[in-house]
Amino acid sequence: MTTFSLNGRTVSVDSPSDAPLLWVIRDELGFTGTKFGCGIGMCGACTVHVEGRATRSCITAVGAVSGAKVTTIEGLDPEGRHPLQMAWLELQVPQCGYCQSGQIMQAATLLKDYPDPSDQDINAVMAGNVCRCMTYIRIRKAIKLAASRMRGATHD
Amino acid sequence: MNTPFGVIYGSNITPDPKTGIGAWSIEAFTRAIREGVSRDGSHLFAAFPFNAYTELQDDDVKALYAYLMTRPAVSATVPPMTVPFPLNVRFLQEGWKILCFRSGRYRPDPARDAQWNRGAYLAQAVSDCGGCHTPRNALGGEKLRDAYSGTVVDNWIAPPLTQGNPSPVPWTQEQLFRYLRTGVDPLHGAVAATMTPTVRDALDLPVVPDSDVRAIALYMSDIDYAGSRDSNVETITKEALQTSFLGSGQDYDPDADLYASACLSCHYNSGTVPLAARPELALNSALTLPEPTNFIQAVLRGIGSTDGASGLVMPAYASSLSDAELARLAAYLRRTRTTRPPWTDLERKASAARRELTVSR
Repeated sequence: MTTFSLNGRTVSVDSPSDAPLLWVIRDELGFTGTKFGCGIGMCGACTVHVEGRATRSCITAVGAVSGAKVTTIEGLDPEGRHPLQMAWLELQVPQCGYCQSGQIMQAATLLKDYPDPSDQDINAVMAGNVCRCMTYIRIRKAIKLAASRMRGATHD
Repeated sequence: MNTPFGVIYGSNITPDPKTGIGAWSIEAFTRAIREGVSRDGSHLFAAFPFNAYTELQDDDVKALYAYLMTRPAVSATVPPMTVPFPLNVRFLQEGWKILCFRSGRYRPDPARDAQWNRGAYLAQAVSDCGGCHTPRNALGGEKLRDAYSGTVVDNWIAPPLTQGNPSPVPWTQEQLFRYLRTGVDPLHGAVAATMTPTVRDALDLPVVPDSDVRAIALYMSDIDYAGSRDSNVETITKEALQTSFLGSGQDYDPDADLYASACLSCHYNSGTVPLAARPELALNSALTLPEPTNFIQAVLRGIGSTDGASGLVMPAYASSLSDAELARLAAYLRRTRTTRPPWTDLERKASAARRELTVSR
């Protein structure tokens, strides 16, 4: 029995403690916004937040988050209006959309650590999130737009 | 507790009269602590660190007794140890004690101030840092001449705490205090493995005052001569961080690519100061120790919510990296983040570590 907090609510699951968090979130708990991409932690599609930090859920055992706070894309903002989500909509970032929840979760941690990220910062932190539709240019633009809004800047 | 001689289970020390120490007088308790002799007169195995506790002050022994005797009594018997004959014969511990044990309270060093002596007392008698960080001889006794020079514990390396510590930035009192109090220091890394309960279940408890942790930190910073080592922390840190973005560019390097896919997003640090939540690998002793043990263990096992520093979780890569890939990653980081000679035999070591994954922490 593993107990943790998911999007603000305490949940308990009786999955084996080495079950990947991704499957617990999707199958046991029904939050399907987080996607399966590669299953080996190399594409970033499965990115969620554990204790507020981007973590790849396909290789994180549910036992490893016992007692911890887990946030999925559904819980990033109560109304889905996180500045990143708004920027994503405004700039029409997604094409097929499959990688995008992972991209946004990773970008959220990027901006928490580096509120005014350089191109190098964006490259380094986002490099592990793969986008087969190659929307990288718009991802970068949206990150910068969200960053400037979160900093309260009047121009970007 | 896994020892080189077998598994020994910690006995019941609740005040249960039949299965615990409920019938023990303070004299019996004191004798166990100071001499390693049980209430019935038999020798205790040195898995119980009486070699450290022998140094405790009388008041502390009384306090321990008072605390233990006021816990709820639990009736529970532990499994028998798996130490084979004849090593499990208690009478033979007499010989071990003659060779490896000197009893006696901690004697303050008059040449040192009160804070240093407090730190030394806590480190030697209470926390027993040497219990993990001092190498042992074939009999399992501590090699006191090599005190704190590091050894392997539970499949991880407990690094040397002496001048031989290989961290790129020498551990200062301030950094040690932060690490022991919170489980992480940005210029070194986070606790892992058996060190985790030492911090999370002991040193960072609210009941332990800052002054005690500071005292231990002072003592340890003296042991590793941090003050007298000629190092410019800013320069070392800056140089280390210059490697932090490697793999994020477009140069074709398959090892850098592997690192970028698997590790870079979390371990990248921008600028000149690493963030505590972004463990900077170029400053971490896991890459500068002579053996790749700690690096391999961290990557294979990950760091869960109850391991390491609280709030920091690392996924486990055992199911996603082959031994060959793990070896490439280790070699890549060793050559790009350190100026040390390459590690040898990486694939075999990764494979051996993987086999032990189910055995211990």
